[in-house]
Amino acid sequence: AVMRGVPQLLSRARLVRAGFSASEPVLAVQAGILQPDKFTQTFVQIRGLKSSKVIYQAPLTAVDIADSGKQLKQELEAIVGPGNVSSGESVVLQHGQDEGPHPGKSPDIVVFPSSTGEVSEVCKICTRHNVPIIPYGTGTGLEGGISAVEGGVCVNVSKNMNKILQIHQEDFSAVVQPGISREMLNQEMRADGLWFPVDPGADASVCGMCATGASGTNAVRYGTMKENCLNLEVVLADGRIIHTAGIGSRPKKSSAGYNLTSLFLGSEGTLGIITSATICLHAIPESVAAAVVGFPTVQNAVDTVVMTLQCSVPMARMELLDEVQMKACNEYSGLSYPETPHLFLEFHGSESEVESQTETVRDIAADNEGGEFQWAVQQEDRTKLWTARHRAYYADIALRPGCRSLTTDVCVPVSALPDLVTATKADIAENGLIGPMVGHVGDGNFHTMLLFDPADPEEFRKCKEVANKMARSAIALGGTCTGEHGVGQGKMALLEEQFGKDGIDVMRQIKGALDPQQLMNPGKVFSRN
Amino acid sequence: MALKVLVGCKRVIDYAVKIRIKPDKLGVVTEGVKHSMNPFDEIAVEEAVRLKERKLAKEIIVVTCGPPQAAETIRTALAMGADRGIHVEIPLDQMDTFQPIHVSKVLAKLAEQEKVDIVMLGKLAIDDDSNQTAQMTASLLNWPQGVFASKIDKTDAGLEIIREVDGGLETIRTTLPAVLSADLRLNEPRYATLPNIMKAKKKKVVKMKPADLGVDMAPRIQVVSVEDPPVREAGQTVSDVDDLVAKLKDKGFSSA
Repeated sequence: AVMRGVPQLLSRARLVRAGFSASEPVLAVQAGILQPDKFTQTFVQIRGLKSSKVIYQAPLTAVDIADSGKQLKQELEAIVGPGNVSSGESVVLQHGQDEGPHPGKSPDIVVFPSSTGEVSEVCKICTRHNVPIIPYGTGTGLEGGISAVEGGVCVNVSKNMNKILQIHQEDFSAVVQPGISREMLNQEMRADGLWFPVDPGADASVCGMCATGASGTNAVRYGTMKENCLNLEVVLADGRIIHTAGIGSRPKKSSAGYNLTSLFLGSEGTLGIITSATICLHAIPESVAAAVVGFPTVQNAVDTVVMTLQCSVPMARMELLDEVQMKACNEYSGLSYPETPHLFLEFHGSESEVESQTETVRDIAADNEGGEFQWAVQQEDRTKLWTARHRAYYADIALRPGCRSLTTDVCVPVSALPDLVTATKADIAENGLIGPMVGHVGDGNFHTMLLFDPADPEEFRKCKEVANKMARSAIALGGTCTGEHGVGQGKMALLEEQFGKDGIDVMRQIKGALDPQQLMNPGKVFSRN
Repeated sequence: MALKVLVGCKRVIDYAVKIRIKPDKLGVVTEGVKHSMNPFDEIAVEEAVRLKERKLAKEIIVVTCGPPQAAETIRTALAMGADRGIHVEIPLDQMDTFQPIHVSKVLAKLAEQEKVDIVMLGKLAIDDDSNQTAQMTASLLNWPQGVFASKIDKTDAGLEIIREVDGGLETIRTTLPAVLSADLRLNEPRYATLPNIMKAKKKKVVKMKPADLGVDMAPRIQVVSVEDPPVREAGQTVSDVDDLVAKLKDKGFSSA
């Protein structure tokens, strides 16, 4: 019999999970490079070995019982050091669960490499053992992107690779390792007049933000991760190290070669591990003013936003909080805003620019029945204002102690926003759910936190239905099923709807070319076939 | 009657840096390590700038006692809004022996020379945690002190200061001139912006030595040794309550 690879004895538990009956003694063979969607099961006579079935299959997990599991661990320890490899229960549990509502699966082993070279060697080892590789930043994702659905090795690139490699003040760029978060970077640069403006809710790692194509409250003016990333250093599944815009390159623009940076941005760990990112910095604005203004209805608030954008006011932040969210914020942060839809705004520029911007927006808001503007100019007052907004998630959970939240994330062209928001609110009310709404309305992007009791599957099902309906409407209105959180596991079906079969097939082909053994973060973004 | 404010600031190892002890165990590693303005001094500078914005102060002079590299610290303060700077230069290898008592004497001398109304300092520096300079400066000048200030207001007769004390908040009134020290909740300092950093390069900074102010630098305190905190020992797992009680008795925590 022609056979490649080393015979491995896999534990019954794993095989049962893969669909075999517990009574079959099975010798599983991990073959070499296979076509990603081929599954062959054949009876083969193997000289000198007792077996009833031999399976050629895409990767199964490195395992507790078999020698292969021990050997894998030893090989990994030889690269990163024994202190940086762990299969302890609490460690793997932490590395399989992100902050979303979907229960995560733990990886078999977690490694903590200290350099790009080590990451490359780890990938080579995993490729040789045919074992899945899951990159891990801070575990603050919301779509189950780090769940090890097929087990494998979780590569935590944040713990030991946490340096800011370079800051180029005059070029407004910085090169950072995966362990650096936005807040760490901004603290480091605080005396230099520079800042990094992409601020997703959690203090995520910059490279994790690259992997999910993250965005935040400042995107309306400063852009998302995609507009603020010049170059990525990526380790592929086979251990090759590439630089997506060129080795050491950081010009503001380039026409050289395929745009690999765009390919890896938002790839959610399915094409490679990002080990370093070259990102754009911006000048801290001379003058900053923040304001809160209330409206009788969400429609009024969104109309204000649309008109403000049409007047080309370079708003830095435009956030919508609906009346349910305002109630939550009031209760959680001890504030006393009226419980009506509000816009949280921020203006950046020179003193005169900020003055003229605020005048324009004041007029527009008044035309749309907006209330009094409440201002915050001093640093600590602005911090207080935005903390209330950034804590929205926790404020919502506090509305109903013990509950969890299914956080939705759709983005539509701004003109379609009023209709989608109104329709969604009606849907939420119809289903008897609590769903506070918070949105980066300047980008046409908003989130609802649909609260559910974890012990009530029916309620969770209703939340899922509302969320799916919202995403489908967004796609139908010319938008996208995920504005910034990524697809992960939760939105794979929606992705197919948005792109059509041919679009997804192209993605599959690209993945097949870069990751033929299907080891990079399996079970995410789109299915194998 | 707009006030003249003297703000002191110190260049220290950045708060985010992991501190390492020197092999000779007489200090910490400072070479190649990131330094920045003492966080409490940032708060002090910010408060002075706000006094100016409220038209209560008319001029802010920032002073630092430090090595040549401390010029950066002065520039940051100037970028935040101070008007001019005084750099009392201490050679880098003498920084360890330049202690709060010396700094207080420098500040007292400068306060008199410049005829300031308020000396504003951070409550302590995060490298030595002394919390002495503001108090000693006030004593040398025989001025009232409002230390650990969390709110500063001007009254007709002088200043009203709310201080953070162990039991809560204490409100005091002082005459002017006075020495104040900033506590954490006084304000949140602004970030220096690029245009202001550029403007700061043009502001005047005068250099001088402690001897020029008649201050002798002989140390009054000798550092005997600097050590890491003891390494945390591994915990012990106990199998049941009896085992736990036995171990507690063994270690002398229980006499029963």
